Amino acid sequence: MRLQKATALALYAVLELAADPERQMTAVEMAEKYGISTHHLAKVLRDLGRAGLVAAVRGVGGGYRFAGNAKRLTLMDVVRLFEDTSAGSDLSAEEARQDIAQGLYFVLHEIDDQAAATLRSISLATMLKLIARRPWESEGKPAPARSAAQSPAARSAAQSPATRSAAHGPTMRRKPG
Amino acid sequence: MARTPRQRSDAEAPIRPAGAADLPLVVALDSETTGLAKPEYWREMFHRCARSGFFLVAVDESGLRGFIVGEVRAWEFGSPPCGWVFAVQVRPGARQAGLGSRLFAALCAAFRAAGVDRVRTMLARDDTVIHAFFRSQGMMAGPFIQLESRLD
Repeated sequence: MRLQKATALALYAVLELAADPERQMTAVEMAEKYGISTHHLAKVLRDLGRAGLVAAVRGVGGGYRFAGNAKRLTLMDVVRLFEDTSAGSDLSAEEARQDIAQGLYFVLHEIDDQAAATLRSISLATMLKLIARRPWESEGKPAPARSAAQSPAARSAAQSPATRSAAHGPTMRRKPG
Repeated sequence: MARTPRQRSDAEAPIRPAGAADLPLVVALDSETTGLAKPEYWREMFHRCARSGFFLVAVDESGLRGFIVGEVRAWEFGSPPCGWVFAVQVRPGARQAGLGSRLFAALCAAFRAAGVDRVRTMLARDDTVIHAFFRSQGMMAGPFIQLESRLD
């Protein structure tokens, strides 16, 4: 599953700050740590601030701090701020009349259901415990390090319109605006 | 955060194997939380666990606070021996105090003592509360997938 860039940045930021709610970090510090665009991250942090998940601290030593409840907030609570997770259909009226399109949509919807249930079930506190445990080192699951499949060329191909709908399924779409 | 005396009592309710006298309390708690009384199911589960499983209850002076049920099963679906959690319930007023975690830890200890190194369960996809509980215990999606079909 691939998340929109803004969603990934939001999850980085929220988890980074939730790991130590007393700590404040600036957008520049976070952007440098993850090697990401400060401009893009600052926009994401403003959105998170409007949603009440982080709070801006002004003045010398200011920055952002976590402002939510890590045991109550789930990954889905963050994801749904940046992606449309409703169960709408992307099918055009013509597609919706075709059995093949409806069948494919039905199967892709199954994938989305599973993804949504997973995101709803993992609180930020659980996610932080998982990160500390590093299960990817012992469970034989894909490592987070960039692999051949995540090379820029592969990533570009994966984000082409033809493959993106399969990777995201039919219901998780970028939120307009 | 300071805990209330009630939370402390819930968290520290002793955990022990269920006895026949606990069965009506289990049926009542399950009925209260699910809205469906299943006395025959729990009676059968109790006798089955007496032979080959683990039926643990947390009981204090105020009564049954929660219970957990599991069994080691081997070679179903090609799986090596593995501990299965069939049910876990904590009285609604006793939640968020660590009792579910203690019940889960006690069952995992029983599984380890029985010689298995993996625990597994199955749950309704839309049951966010129980799903989040098992996630908080470190459980992840396993190598099996559940499929079903209508029998028309």
